[in-house]
Amino acid sequence: MAEQEIKPQLLKVTIDGIEVEVEPGTTILQAARKIGPAVAPPAMCYYQPLKGSGGKCRACLVRVAAGSAKDPRPMPKLVASCLTAVQDGMIVENETSPQVIDARNGVVEFLLLNHPLDCPVCDQAGECDLQNFAFDHGKATTRYEEDRRTFEKRDIGPNIQLHMTRCILCYRCVYTADQITNKRVHGVMNRGDASEISTYIEKAIDNDFSGNVIDVCPVGALTDKTYRFKNRVWFTKPVDAHRNCPTCSGKVTLWYRGDEVIRVTARKNEWNEVTEFICNTCRFETKKTSDWTIEEPTKISRSSVISANKYRADTIKPSFGERLAAADYKPIDDKRDTSQLSIQQLPAERFAHVLPAALDPEP
Amino acid sequence: MATKILTEHINVPGIETFDVYRKQGGYTAVEKAIKTMTPEAIVEEVKKAGVRGRGGAGFPMGMKWSFLAKPEGVPRYLVCNADESEPGTFKDHYLMKNIPHLLIEGMIISSFALGANKSFIYVRGELMYVIHILEKAIAEATAKGFLGKNILGSGYDLELVVQPGGGAYICGEETALLESLEGKRGNPRNKPPFPAVKGLYQSPTVVNNVESIATTPWIVNNGGDAYAGVGIGRSTGTKLISASGHINKPGVYEIELGVPVEDFIYADEWCGGIRPGHKFKALVAGGSSVPILPANLALTLANGEKRLMSYESLSDGGFATGTMLGSGGFIVFDETSCIVRNTWNFSRFYHHESCGQCSPCREGTGWMEKVLHRIEHGHGHQQDIDLLVDVARKIEGNTICPLGDAAAWPVASAIRHFRDEFQWHIDNPAEATQPGAVYRGDMALV
Repeated sequence: MAEQEIKPQLLKVTIDGIEVEVEPGTTILQAARKIGPAVAPPAMCYYQPLKGSGGKCRACLVRVAAGSAKDPRPMPKLVASCLTAVQDGMIVENETSPQVIDARNGVVEFLLLNHPLDCPVCDQAGECDLQNFAFDHGKATTRYEEDRRTFEKRDIGPNIQLHMTRCILCYRCVYTADQITNKRVHGVMNRGDASEISTYIEKAIDNDFSGNVIDVCPVGALTDKTYRFKNRVWFTKPVDAHRNCPTCSGKVTLWYRGDEVIRVTARKNEWNEVTEFICNTCRFETKKTSDWTIEEPTKISRSSVISANKYRADTIKPSFGERLAAADYKPIDDKRDTSQLSIQQLPAERFAHVLPAALDPEP
Repeated sequence: MATKILTEHINVPGIETFDVYRKQGGYTAVEKAIKTMTPEAIVEEVKKAGVRGRGGAGFPMGMKWSFLAKPEGVPRYLVCNADESEPGTFKDHYLMKNIPHLLIEGMIISSFALGANKSFIYVRGELMYVIHILEKAIAEATAKGFLGKNILGSGYDLELVVQPGGGAYICGEETALLESLEGKRGNPRNKPPFPAVKGLYQSPTVVNNVESIATTPWIVNNGGDAYAGVGIGRSTGTKLISASGHINKPGVYEIELGVPVEDFIYADEWCGGIRPGHKFKALVAGGSSVPILPANLALTLANGEKRLMSYESLSDGGFATGTMLGSGGFIVFDETSCIVRNTWNFSRFYHHESCGQCSPCREGTGWMEKVLHRIEHGHGHQQDIDLLVDVARKIEGNTICPLGDAAAWPVASAIRHFRDEFQWHIDNPAEATQPGAVYRGDMALV
């Protein structure tokens, strides 16, 4: 009983017609993630473990159709869901708003303008956030015909390579370097589309945890030199393992090709976020099965081609209704009349752009 | 004689020195404010005056002041935004260079009203000589007891710091300015929290434009109601307009808000008309970010009435037929100006000045610039005009700070009003790329 009394008042928020109760201070993105992957906005720069991240890529823009129960006016602009805190009675439109979809199409196009699209030779291909985002919201053609910006490849320390040409300037690695290491030796230089991630005058990041910038990078801009060009992600088998490490938790994912460990990364959750950062010794130097205690095959639920045939033809643009049904959504209050939450209750024309098949009686 | 609030004494010889400024009635407002008024009373007068932010957004200054959070034990800051870098705007430069003590007097009054004991003037880095002028003026005021510890025996302390900017337009955005002032890279912050709650060093902060702060001595001396009596409707008081372009008398003019645009351009008192032998083609009314208007829409509203120099009248008709007063950067174009080239020039500026933090602005500004460059240099495609409109639309409103909007509006409006000219560039590349070639087709010249 005592515990219940301390509990703060939960806020009710409706995202794409689904209601969820969250604690005060929760952002729209986190509330949507609580509902499930079907309604979670994409996030290219927001990274929950990194304080201060988010707001930069504008991929997670949503429309707030009603600000709160007290003040039900809509917000004038689309808002970054990763930073906007929910209010009680807020109504958010994510995939159900044509304006949001349009803005996201724009963001994909902008991010791909200066991206080299060298996925066939990129180590990140198959577990790349930008690939997934472009797959969901991008177009097959480009309207951009000018030169793309290019940079020389650089080494950041002996084990990390920076391929700035691929960078989408999410600033995740900058926050990682800031928050995990003591000395600030890594940041952004220049401005506008000439901005580049850099260590101060090519100074190597000399820190036990520097390798984590590879894991947080949403694209293939920061790559592991011990793994570069060794293999494709979808040919490897991830296995959870741990070792008794004096510097970090030692909980990692090993990536096997046959019997050989070809890569070690930190463990990631379903949102592709690192749960516990690992040290460079674990990442770069312990690559024998005998170094590790194997736990079990890694459960991969969301990102990349290695999970459940992400890019299979019949999964392309599933109808919104199907995605909701498939979503891992648990009713928060069993006594509630859930019939009101059904997507069909809302006017069908609002979903016309995401539900072409559902509206057509004879597919 | 029109009321002059800021520039009444600006031509007095030696006004930049403390003694001359004092002789012209300077610093009497500080004495009145600190000795006879409470901070709340000053905020109340500024509210009554209805001064709207002169930096461009036009947000009521008294309202901004009243939003300032006042938690116990946390310092509050006032920051004066003197990072004036908008193409076409040079009014703050003029004011600070000629009459620095007016700004300093305004800073003392405003800081007192807000309860700030350390205030900053963030000056554009290129204006180093203005920084020296301000520093000299601050030293003079400190020596006379108007700054420093225990001002005029009241127990109120104020330290005034002049900070040179690093040479970035983006640092004129208030949160980027605060980041820069803290010694960081000048990237705009995500809002909320707004500076009034968490600003400089995570403390409540008010950021005001030079011209806004410079109005406070007059308001304290004459009262908020007297200020509100000048101007028209909700556009109270006077505004400094930086007039430039193809006019006979470019310069900085202080006008009462509500003067017709036509009078401002043609009267001898102000711009003195379009240069001889030429016709008025287009107007950028408030600095390069605001939508450009063709001559007919610049002079009259959509309903045929005269357009006035006021916040409401200039934005009448929304962006379809209106524009904004913005920062008062008044750029006049005659028929020899190529709108495509001008739009490309503006676009190049925003591309260069984008901070690169959020993707629509970082990538979109560069894209627009490249497409406009192509059109201007005779390599445009038929679909390029629609492409520009679409890119501008996808930047607008989707960025962290208003620079995205500022980059999108000039492009969108130029195409809205001068689409034929863009089309002509695409259809006739050989002719359009001749030196000095300008579209002479059907358009409204005045």
